[in-house]
Amino acid sequence: MPAVSFVDVAKTYASPRGDVRALDHVTFDIAEGEFFGLLGPNGAGKTTLISILAGLARATAGSVSVLGHDVQSDYAAARRRLGVVPQELVFDPFFTVREALRIQSGYFGVHGNDAWIDELLANLGLADKAQANMRQLSGGMKRRVLVAQALVHRPPVIVLDEPTAGVDVELRQTLWQFVARLNREGHTVLLTTHYLEEAEALCGRIAMLKLGRVVALDRTSALLAGTASTMLRFKLDKPLPPQLAANARVTGRIVQITAHDAREVESILGVLHAAGCAPEDLEIGRADLEDVFLEIMRGETPARVAA
Amino acid sequence: MNVAALREPRADTGVLAGTRTLLYKEVLRFWKVSFQTVAAPVLTAMLYLLIFGHVLEGRVKVFGTIGYTSFLVPGLVMMSVLQNAFANSSSSLIQSKITGNLVFLLVAPLSHWAWFVAYVGASVVRGAAVGAGVLLVTVWFAPLHVDNIVWIAFFTIAGAALMGALGLVAGLWAEKFDQIAAFQNFIIMPMTFLSGVFYSVKSLPPVWYEVSHLNPFFYIIDGFRHGFFGTSDVSPWTSFVVVLASLGVVCAVCLHLLRIGYKIRH
Repeated sequence: MPAVSFVDVAKTYASPRGDVRALDHVTFDIAEGEFFGLLGPNGAGKTTLISILAGLARATAGSVSVLGHDVQSDYAAARRRLGVVPQELVFDPFFTVREALRIQSGYFGVHGNDAWIDELLANLGLADKAQANMRQLSGGMKRRVLVAQALVHRPPVIVLDEPTAGVDVELRQTLWQFVARLNREGHTVLLTTHYLEEAEALCGRIAMLKLGRVVALDRTSALLAGTASTMLRFKLDKPLPPQLAANARVTGRIVQITAHDAREVESILGVLHAAGCAPEDLEIGRADLEDVFLEIMRGETPARVAA
Repeated sequence: MNVAALREPRADTGVLAGTRTLLYKEVLRFWKVSFQTVAAPVLTAMLYLLIFGHVLEGRVKVFGTIGYTSFLVPGLVMMSVLQNAFANSSSSLIQSKITGNLVFLLVAPLSHWAWFVAYVGASVVRGAAVGAGVLLVTVWFAPLHVDNIVWIAFFTIAGAALMGALGLVAGLWAEKFDQIAAFQNFIIMPMTFLSGVFYSVKSLPPVWYEVSHLNPFFYIIDGFRHGFFGTSDVSPWTSFVVVLASLGVVCAVCLHLLRIGYKIRH
């Protein structure tokens, strides 16, 4: 039984400019124990898909289930198995950290849960903040509380919707160590993130969404292997020759161009030489997930959806 | 941690699972700011009593031999119950919607019955707390007679529940604080002020006398007053039926909106 199953999920929003199709026939499963990444640019439909999974929104068509429990018809069972870390930094200003966690636990019908709450506080570096009011916490601390709230009822499936947006390096490390540990201990993790290096480092499998459709779904390693696998990086003070500019990613002086093989690398260098450009600090490396992502989003690589 | 424990969360799973916690949270929420949510309305009611009682005592004839200030006390108590019951559910919900922390409830396995019982229950607790506070301070200004405690209890609970459910409907519907304020100032306030809090409807011109009988709040206050004086503008049984029917209608609407996730699940 898959931990999460999306079957033909569609979502259409009514807007003043007519109907907006946020999701279009999204179908994929996440197996139990997987660390799964959901990537896509803003507006691709990631948060809409997660909202439907969490019961915050309703699909226009199709069905979603958590460990076999439909999120609509059997919502209570589905939600008890799901822990969601929302994207927005929300909190209830009336309560202390411990009160917030006890209350959240109680909503799930789990009472007398303080041993687990203490463990969560310790693991997330919140032990000395237990009695602090939510309003007094810094943004990073509030984010940790959100993670604790999502885990307080011990859900087997954890959803993290861009949990590290605007979070400092130390918390990112703490958070990933903890989530990776939960995953090793059997939790299924579904992660959306804008930090592609995080997805590459953590996720065994990745789905990419673009305009509400799944445009890539494969093991992270297969996605990395299947596209242009070589990346040229160099610094250049002059404009790029036009025949290279179309396929290059330019950030200030830094230019990145993908190549499929050594011959292509040679030809790129040849074009540069012929145009009188002298690249500095030239590196030739393996393409990373960011390159794959950009390539797929530009539509250069045909959609790769593995069975 | 052990994985086996993770797979089978030990939890209450009935239709009302989580209700107790949500009720506790809603009560704790207003109790933490009780100066504003309980003490302030008690003070307001006391000022009404001092000013209106001082100006009108002996000038307005109400029920037979009952003095005006004594007559005013139950009206002010019930007005405070109703307004605070409405304020509790509506402001809690709109605050959670606007600050976004409603997500903590939305991701939880709470049924629409759990939402309903907890929010309305907390409104009844707040309404009753403020009502008791008003009674406690106003009883020093006028002799108080209790004719029938059952009517008093029924109209307190039913009135507060009606307003708690109405506040929940308003909180679901509203997208901004000023929409709640408009609901409160243009619907709830006129309906409570025109329901006979400050006068007996028998003193009104015939048209307004008839119009008052279309206002469900009139029956709540009239029935409540009957519990104190054993006399009222209409029979307490008429009030009982009207209030119960109004409560039924508002609760049905409220439960339906909660079940479909009106304006909270998109």
